[in-house]
Amino acid sequence: MAGSADTAPIVHIAAVDKVFAGREGGRTTALSAIDLDVRPGEFVSLIGPSGCGKSTLLRVIGDLVQPTRGSVSVNGKTAEQARKDRDYGMVFQAPVLFDWRSVEDNVKLPLEILGKDRAWRAQRAKAMLELVELGDFTKHMPYQLSGGMQQRVAIARALSFEPRILLMDEPFGALDEMTRERMNDEVLRIWEQTGTTVVFVTHSIPEAVYLSSRVVVMSARPGRITRIVDIDLSRPRSEESRETPRYFELITGVREALRAGGGDVDDAGTPSAARTMAEGAVG
Amino acid sequence: MTAGPERPEIHLLERELQLELEAAQPRIPRLKLRRPIAFILLIVLILVAWEGVKFLGGTPWKAIGAGPGTPVIWNPPFRWAFANDLNLPHVWNIAHAMGQPFQRGADQTLLQYLVGAAFYTWREAALGFVLGSLLGLALATVFVHSRLAERAFVPYVIASQTVPIIALAPLIVFALGQGVLAVVVIATYLTFFPVTIAMLRGLRSFDPRALELLRSYGAGRVGVFTKLRLPASMPYLFTALKIAATASIVGAIIGEDTGAIQAGLGRVITTFNQYYATGPEKLWAAIFVAAILGVTFFLLVRIAEIVALRNRPSIDA
Amino acid sequence: MSAAAGVAGRPAAGPSGPSAAVKAGRAVRGYAPAVLVAVGGLLVWELAIRLANLNAFILPAPSAIIAALIENWNGERFPLWQSAQNTIIEAVGGFLIGTTAGVVVAFAAARWGGMRALLLPLAIAANAIPIIAFAPLFNTWFGLLNPLSKMMMAAVLSFFPVMANVTRGLSGVDPGQLELMRSYAATQSTVLRKVRIPNALPYFFTALKLASTLSLIGAIVAEYFGGQGSVLGRMIVQSASALKFDITWAAVSLAAIAGIVFYLVIAAIERIAIPWHASSRSED
Repeated sequence: MAGSADTAPIVHIAAVDKVFAGREGGRTTALSAIDLDVRPGEFVSLIGPSGCGKSTLLRVIGDLVQPTRGSVSVNGKTAEQARKDRDYGMVFQAPVLFDWRSVEDNVKLPLEILGKDRAWRAQRAKAMLELVELGDFTKHMPYQLSGGMQQRVAIARALSFEPRILLMDEPFGALDEMTRERMNDEVLRIWEQTGTTVVFVTHSIPEAVYLSSRVVVMSARPGRITRIVDIDLSRPRSEESRETPRYFELITGVREALRAGGGDVDDAGTPSAARTMAEGAVG
Repeated sequence: MTAGPERPEIHLLERELQLELEAAQPRIPRLKLRRPIAFILLIVLILVAWEGVKFLGGTPWKAIGAGPGTPVIWNPPFRWAFANDLNLPHVWNIAHAMGQPFQRGADQTLLQYLVGAAFYTWREAALGFVLGSLLGLALATVFVHSRLAERAFVPYVIASQTVPIIALAPLIVFALGQGVLAVVVIATYLTFFPVTIAMLRGLRSFDPRALELLRSYGAGRVGVFTKLRLPASMPYLFTALKIAATASIVGAIIGEDTGAIQAGLGRVITTFNQYYATGPEKLWAAIFVAAILGVTFFLLVRIAEIVALRNRPSIDA
Repeated sequence: MSAAAGVAGRPAAGPSGPSAAVKAGRAVRGYAPAVLVAVGGLLVWELAIRLANLNAFILPAPSAIIAALIENWNGERFPLWQSAQNTIIEAVGGFLIGTTAGVVVAFAAARWGGMRALLLPLAIAANAIPIIAFAPLFNTWFGLLNPLSKMMMAAVLSFFPVMANVTRGLSGVDPGQLELMRSYAATQSTVLRKVRIPNALPYFFTALKLASTLSLIGAIVAEYFGGQGSVLGRMIVQSASALKFDITWAAVSLAAIAGIVFYLVIAAIERIAIPWHASSRSED
C-alpha cells in the first residue's frame, strides 16, 4: 500500500555519482547525478540497458558500493547504518544459497547472524517458507530444487528478519517466461502481505510495468535517470491487468523512454508531479 | 565517502561490479610482472632467513673457503645445533664450492660435474616422459571410444597408482639389469598415468553441440577426433604434462640411486651424502642443481603450454 | 556455486536422493566389468605361470607371492609385518604433521593477503622441485636411524597440497556469497565460520586424499636412502637386490594395501563430514 506523496521518503538519494577507477588507468562513470526518492511501501522498478548502472544504484542504496559523491539516506540513517541495523534484505540474480545447508537452514542464516534464539529462528523460517509456498521442502537441499524454487528460498531468506526494504537485482532473470510471470504474482502477493518497500531492478519492460507503482528509466554512459513513469494500473494486479489497453500504453511509454534516453513529458501528455529530472538528461 | 583501507571487502565487491561493467570491452592480455617478482622476493627472504639464523646461532663465521686456524670474522651469540656449518652451510660457501674441483685432482669444477650429471638424468627422464605421454594418449583414445574398455581397465589404471611405482622401482631396476632401461621404464610409468587420466577428461571436455555441428558436416570419428577432441583436450594435457615432468625426474633420480648408474644425479647425491661430513656444501649444491633441473623441465613444459594455448582465453591455473 | 543449481528437479526423489535400490543397481553395473577383469586377470596370471611354466623370475605367480608373504610375515631376514607397521607409523605421523602445518599456514595465508602472495610461488616451486632429493639431508638433520627423518619427508610432501587446497578453499569463495554476508553486516569471523570454512572442506578432503598417498610414498622412498632396517622400503630394496622378487612383490603388496586402506579411511571420514558434497555428486 503506497503511502501518500507527503510521507517522508524511506530512501533519499541526492546528487549521487559513482566512478570506478579502471584497470588500465581509465575511468568508468557508472552513475552520474542521480536524484531519487522512494516512498515507504512503494514498489519501484529500475530499468535500463546493460551498463546503465541500475545494479550499481541498487548496491549504493544497500551500502554494498560507496558513492563517489552525493548522499544516500535510508530509513532516516546513512546507508551504512541502515545496513548495520539490517533494515533491508537483498535478493540477487543468482539465488546464492549455501549448498551445504538445507532449505530451512539457508533461511535461518541471517537470523543466526543476528543472534536470534533457536525457537524464534525455527518459527520465522517456517513462516517465511510458508509465505513463499515451500513449506513442504524445508529439509531439502538446494541442488534438489528448480531455479524458481531456489529463488523463492532466497526471497524467504531476505524477508526472514522483517526488513523495511527489499532490494531485488533481476531476481527472475534466469527463469523462463512462464515461471517468471508466476514469480511476479508471488512477489506482489508477498509485498501486499508484508507492506515492505521494494526496489526492483529488471530489464524486462512488461515485468517492470506489471509490478511497480513507479518505473525509473535509466540510460547508460554515463548512468543516469532519464525518466520516471507513474504506473497507474489499479491494484490488485492480475492476468487481466496484462490485457488492458492501459498496460500496453504504459509499456510503450517505457520503451520509448528507454529508446530516447530523454524526454520531458510522460505518455498521457501531462508532466508527472512526482517525477524528478536529472540534469543534462538529454543525450 | 570513498571506501577506506578499513573496509577491504568493499574493494572486492566493487571490483566484481566493475568487472561486470567492463566486460563488454575487449582486453589485451598484459605480461604479469607480479609473479616473477614474488618469486624473487621469496628467494631473497629465504636467503636472508638462512643467513640470519646462522648469524644468531651458527658456528663462528670465517672467510669464504677458509680452513681451520684462520681468524674468526663473527661470533654468533647463541649456538643452535641445526644452524651449525655441518647442517646448514653458508650460502656463499656452497656457491664457492661450485667453483672448486668436485673431488681432489679432478679437472672439472663441481658445477660442471653437477650440470653434466643433471643432463644425464634429464635425458633419461625426458625419454620416459615422451614415451609415457604417447602411451597415455593412446590409452585415453582407446578408452574414449570404448566405454566397455574404459570401465574394465580404468579402475586398474587408477589402482596402479596406489601401488606406488616408486615402491616397484627397486624391483624394476634389479630385474632389468640396473641400467638406463630401468630408469626409462620408471619415468614412462610415472608419466603415463596422469596423462591418461587427464586426456580421458580432456577428450570429452567439449560442448556437445560442437559435436552435433561436426556430425552435420559429415565428419567421421577421425575428423571428430582431430578437429574437436584433441584441441579441446590440450589444456588438460598440459596440466598433466607439468605433473609428469617433475614425476619423471623424481623417478629417474630414484632409479639411478637404487641402481648402478654412476653418471646421474641420483648417484651423485648418494655419494655426496656418504661423504657429507667432509664436504656438506657438495650435497647441498647437488640438491640445488636437482631442484633447478626440476624447475627447468617444468618451465620448458610451461613455455610449450603458453605457445600451444596462445589463442585461447586464459584460464587461471 | 552448488553443483547442480538450476536442476529442473521435481524433488520427487525425497530429501535423500534416489532410492537405495536404484543406487545399488547402478553400482553393480558400473563395477562389473572391472571386477571381471580383476578376477580374470588373476586367473590368467596364475594359470599362465603354472601351465606355460613361464619364467616366474620377475613376475611370480600370485600364489607364490602370497606364500612369500605368509612365510616372511615374521621372518628373520625380512620381517614384513613389522616393517609394514614401522612404515605406516612414519607415513601417518608425517601425514599428521604436514596436514596440520598446511592447515595452519593456509589460515594465516587467507587472513593476510601479503603472505598469500609469497606462498603462491613457493607452492608452484614445490610442485616442480623433486623434493625427494632432500631425503639425504633429512637423514643428516634428524638422524639416519630416527624414524623422524622419514616422517619429515612424508610431512613435507603432505604439507604442500593441503596448504594450497585449503588456501584456495578459504579465499576462493563465490563473491555473491561474500556480498550476501556483507548485506547482513556480518563480521569477518562470522564469514570465516559460516562461509569460508564450509567452502574449504571439499578442497581439504581432496588434498587429504592426495596427501595420504604422498606420505606413504614419501616414507618408502626416503627409506631407500638409508635408515633403520625393518621398514618396507628397505625390505623392497634388499629383497630386490638379493633377487628374491617374490618377497619384493609381497612387500609392495603390503604397501599398496596400506595405501588403499589409508585412502578409504579418509574417504569414509569425508562422507561423514561433508555429506552434502558427496551426495550432490551423482556419479564419479
